Amino acid sequence: MKALVAVKRVVDYNVKVRVKADGSDVDIGNVKMSMNPFDEIAVEEAVRLKEAGKISEIVAVSLGEKKCEETLRTALAMGADRAIHVETDAKLEPLAVAKLLKAVADKEQPQLLLLGKQAIDDDANQTAQMLAALLNAAQGTFAAKVVLADNEVLVTREIDGGSETVALTLPAVISADLRLNEPRFVKLPNIMAAKKKPLEKVSPTDLGVDITPRVKVLKMAEPKTRQAGVKVAGVAELVEKLNQARVI
Amino acid sequence: MSVLIIAEHNNQQLNPATLHAVEAASKLGEVHLLVAGSGISAVVEAAGQVSGVAKVWSADAAYYGEGLAEEIAPLVVKLAEHYTHIGATATAFGKNLLPRVAALLDVPQISDLTEIIDAQTFVRPIYAGNAFETVQSDSAKLVLTFRSTAFTAAAAEGGHATVENVEAAPAQNLSRFVGRELTQSDRPELTQAKVVVTGGRALGSAEQFDALLTPLADVLGAAIGASRAAVDAEYAPNDIQVGQTGKVVAPELYIAVGVSGAIQHIAGMQDSKVIVAINKDADAPIFNIADYGLVGDLFEIVPQLTAALKQ
Ligand SMILES: Cc1cc2nc3c(=O)[nH]c(=O)nc-3n(C[C@H](O)[C@H](O)[C@H](O)COP(=O)(O)OP(=O)(O)OC[C@H]3O[C@@H](n4cnc5c(N)ncnc54)[C@H](O)[C@@H]3O)c2cc1C
Repeated sequence: MKALVAVKRVVDYNVKVRVKADGSDVDIGNVKMSMNPFDEIAVEEAVRLKEAGKISEIVAVSLGEKKCEETLRTALAMGADRAIHVETDAKLEPLAVAKLLKAVADKEQPQLLLLGKQAIDDDANQTAQMLAALLNAAQGTFAAKVVLADNEVLVTREIDGGSETVALTLPAVISADLRLNEPRFVKLPNIMAAKKKPLEKVSPTDLGVDITPRVKVLKMAEPKTRQAGVKVAGVAELVEKLNQARVI
Repeated sequence: MSVLIIAEHNNQQLNPATLHAVEAASKLGEVHLLVAGSGISAVVEAAGQVSGVAKVWSADAAYYGEGLAEEIAPLVVKLAEHYTHIGATATAFGKNLLPRVAALLDVPQISDLTEIIDAQTFVRPIYAGNAFETVQSDSAKLVLTFRSTAFTAAAAEGGHATVENVEAAPAQNLSRFVGRELTQSDRPELTQAKVVVTGGRALGSAEQFDALLTPLADVLGAAIGASRAAVDAEYAPNDIQVGQTGKVVAPELYIAVGVSGAIQHIAGMQDSKVIVAINKDADAPIFNIADYGLVGDLFEIVPQLTAALKQ
């Protein structure tokens, strides 16, 4: 059984992103980039399923600029077998990404498609669900546990107020939430070995997908910033302040 | 222009989260609600009374009973021709369902929006709330999820909607509901609570998390939240995580106990009216946004605070 894992290259979560002075965009020139943390969890899950003998091959896919190769090499170092890079400098919206991934899936015919639940740049939380729709496949979003059986996969999902378990017919799309696992630390020999693993390049045109943006960004603004307030000396003063503020 | 909002419910009660989406959608046009479920007459009745709702579609089928996106999405698509906008609150339910609908309709989704400029123009946070983008789309149809804390709730009473049955779409049978485990709690729901007490990694264990925060939350009638580090360490369940990738809250009072104030945490609570931080590190970033900061050991301060509030 083959698994396809999608990995996005995003600004590292430690970077505090700022808006450019002219409000045209965020300023991410020269900042550290990493694999989207939730995608890392998705890759880890695929690797664990392979280690458990449940799946036989892991194909990592990334979409975007040339440097996505680095993200794919990370996935390969974690244990993916080969990589596909859908290379484009165009801005990709979630729907376009889902369409490109569907085109890759049509060729690769994976039984399991693993993605992160959300990318920490656009915070859209859409791609996995959209991909499932386009494939007419079942979806297990916000997965905290994945149990693969012969014809179905059991996914325990994080929901408001608790969790629920659904059984999905294969092929199925799963989006990883944070409690699914803890991604491994990649060791140097694996990084070296990953350099030799196959990495194929395709373009959106090769895949026959129209990626024209459907949403225009008009401007970017800084959030309203809160001012630091006062430090109080002790509990009595705090209670007094909260009474004055009429919040207790 | 009319807007279809997908109601969130448990087949018995309408989830108050939906009221925020209704209020937001009323800025876009006439609001209709879709109640899809199993044995939903009480929900349909409640939906019809929501202020500002003109029409309620009722779709009753066994396979709508558990809210599976695979089943409900085709039904929404069936109704979509009547609408310029289709929306829901950005809860786990809305986030799961709406992108599936958008893809089936081949239209864009704008997630977690916090402001409506006009019918095609919206504001939404990106990069953990470090930037707000204004986006516009000329798509004839748009799918939207609304951040509940950014919009007030429509009144649950006072409306007089017409009710119409809609025939169920064929069952998809792609997925099957197995079971659900909901946390039992008498506390207010986190995203609706007026006061939230949140614990961080500093609480040290699940036992201490409960022993310190429960009495404080009790005197305040508060909901309890947790930082991701506290969730990761299993001091608290995941569904009370506050932040970029957890829940977004904006209570009147937010008390952060032993929380450092990472950007991903702040993304979920910075719209709270009053923020209190209790932390032993005077330089913790949480103090940069707290209205009232108390530097000290939470194991001493929290019991003192609970005792003082009891009086
Ligand atoms: C992709 C991604 C998404 C994330 N999403 C979220 C999210 O949604 N929500 C979230 O919260 N985090 C999120 N995080 C994690 C976030 O970056 C921080 O790691 C987390 O918020 C830290 O939690 P904390 O403040 O409890 O722990 P710490 O950062 O360890 O802070 C503990 C604090 O307690 C203080 N302290 C220790 N002992 C005491 C004591 N005895 N008395 C008083 N104070 C004490 C310390 O001074 C410190 O400031 C995310 C991270 C990533 C990578």
